[in-house]
Amino acid sequence: MTPIPIKAGFTQGGNAMGVSFGHQVKEGDLDTSTRVIVYLEHISVSFDGFKALNDLSLFIDVGELRCIIGPNGAGKTTMMDVITGKTKPDSGSAFLGQTMDLTRLSEPEIAHAGVGRKFQKPTVFENHTVFENMELALKTDKRVWCTIFAKLNSEEKDRIAQTLRLIRLDDHAHRLAGLLSHGQKQWLEIGMLLVQEPKLLLLDEPVAGMTDEETERTAELFLSLAGKHSLMVVEHDMAFIRKLGGKVTVLHEGSVLAEGPLDRVQNDQRVIDVYLGR
Amino acid sequence: MTHIESVLTAREANEEDEIRSVSATQTNGHGGTIRTATGIYAALVFLLIPLAHLVIPADHGLHVSDYLVTLLGKILCYAAVAVALDLVWGYTGILSLGHGVFFALGGYAFGMYLMRGIGLDGSYHSHLPDFMVFLDWKELPWYWLGTDHILWAAFLVVAVPGILALVFGYFAFRSRIKGVYFSIITQAMTVAFMLLFFRNETGFGGNNGFTDFKRILGFSITAPGTRIVLFALSAALLLGTLYLARRLTVSKFGRILTAIRDAESRLMFIGYNPLYFKLFIWTLSAVICAVAGALYVPQVGIINPGEMSPSNSIEMVVWVAVGGRGTLIGPVIGAFLVNLAKSWFTVSFPEYWLFFLGAVFVIVTLFLPHGVVGLWKKMKTMTKGGAS
Repeated sequence: MTPIPIKAGFTQGGNAMGVSFGHQVKEGDLDTSTRVIVYLEHISVSFDGFKALNDLSLFIDVGELRCIIGPNGAGKTTMMDVITGKTKPDSGSAFLGQTMDLTRLSEPEIAHAGVGRKFQKPTVFENHTVFENMELALKTDKRVWCTIFAKLNSEEKDRIAQTLRLIRLDDHAHRLAGLLSHGQKQWLEIGMLLVQEPKLLLLDEPVAGMTDEETERTAELFLSLAGKHSLMVVEHDMAFIRKLGGKVTVLHEGSVLAEGPLDRVQNDQRVIDVYLGR
Repeated sequence: MTHIESVLTAREANEEDEIRSVSATQTNGHGGTIRTATGIYAALVFLLIPLAHLVIPADHGLHVSDYLVTLLGKILCYAAVAVALDLVWGYTGILSLGHGVFFALGGYAFGMYLMRGIGLDGSYHSHLPDFMVFLDWKELPWYWLGTDHILWAAFLVVAVPGILALVFGYFAFRSRIKGVYFSIITQAMTVAFMLLFFRNETGFGGNNGFTDFKRILGFSITAPGTRIVLFALSAALLLGTLYLARRLTVSKFGRILTAIRDAESRLMFIGYNPLYFKLFIWTLSAVICAVAGALYVPQVGIINPGEMSPSNSIEMVVWVAVGGRGTLIGPVIGAFLVNLAKSWFTVSFPEYWLFFLGAVFVIVTLFLPHGVVGLWKKMKTMTKGGAS
């Protein structure tokens, strides 16, 4: 398995701010002209004096598949909370594309802007059928009035059907989501993210509780998504990360400890110390 | 990736229709049963009971008495309240312990019209309501202006509780107050209004409230015809509430409400703002309660701040719990069961009513989490013997 080389555009993207040549961005659209979708710069978050994130800086490229690893309490989930608007950072800036300030937007606004999130614990609407779960997630007008009279058109039904096949839940479309197995719930949640048509997917431990076969398929799915979407995957399963093959970022005590291909990161002395030294 | 996509296209052809039919079957589950039940209900409340009251002579065995018409009319109002409360509690997971305030405010708003309708027939033969004469007030407070017009009163019935619910709900939901904390502040709200309305200076008759109503639109309030019209309006309110609730709960909007109840954060991260969904259903629920209150007051002939006491709001919750929350027929059944029991108890064993109510609530909470409807469903599946 050869790791994908670090994209040269990564560092350039970070520095390219201000070299705009006056291109127009439609309101609500993402400006990713610099090939970077997420900018986190000098983010700090503390809870009751505990620094969950400490001067964290991280950039994700458009279409990139990035894996995040790190010991418990390294700040992985808090970082996702910052990106999705659940937690406001004490300091630092968080941008989606060039123009969208994530620290000023609410969770639904960020979701609309194109960020989808899978929780660590699979969270689906257990009293709704699989199909209904997908229907709720589907990208459409999500204001109150529109939902009262909402009817799925055939295009949308096709889209749901297609995604259900992709996540292998087409035979379970009428089942209540609460009756699915743990792995199937994980897949349903991923499917819900897909019909949301996000530009960036945040996936918190997506293969926890999956069988080897399911894990294998998840890796295939993610690899097929990369390029069209940007993915940020938090995982502990090293074999899974190796399969994904993207750049790996190691978080430790709320900031980036190391970044690069998995092999290099795994041989980094500081990373070894953090994982084994305590 | 190519592997997945080739699998996809291969399976696409034969399974497409199956998935397409899903949404069609979603909504039409009990269509026939509902139509039959609606027909029976309409025949009963709009035809049989009015005829039995107005046409059949009082000494005949099939005559429906004044007492019974008023009692049933009252319970129909309560049933509409129960359905409205179930929309926020059973479906959306927001437990309100203060819905009595919306009911009472609707009652007071219409009560103002009824008080003005007394005219010179009051004890003091004044244009002012009696309690104002008693307080030595010389003219109507500004907020009583226009209340002699039934349309303005009807507007107030909807607007005042509606705006209160909207403002209260906006701040509570925006601050993400949930669960028991929300329940407690709704309870505090109804108590605050009760204390406000107990004060004579508030201008709503203090602890006596409004009573001694004489007429609506010129018709005597005690005439059998008036009584039947009020009864039929209450029945129509319940029917309308059920229809609206059904339409909402089978729509995507309804599925979002249950999604708020079950996994609110998931809903936020797929792009819905729960604030506006909660606010919509909360305000709608309050307005239905207010209309029910407005129909209730002329039937029972009195409204006082006691209607805003915490126990009244809690009783509403008991109706829903007994019948079965999260269903539409449950709250109606609950409202009828509890209130028929109440009218029997308060005549036969008045001192034991509250004990009985408490016991019912404990029993339902412990053994019947889904109420009477849940019990019925359970029995149905048990008699089927695992066939399905």
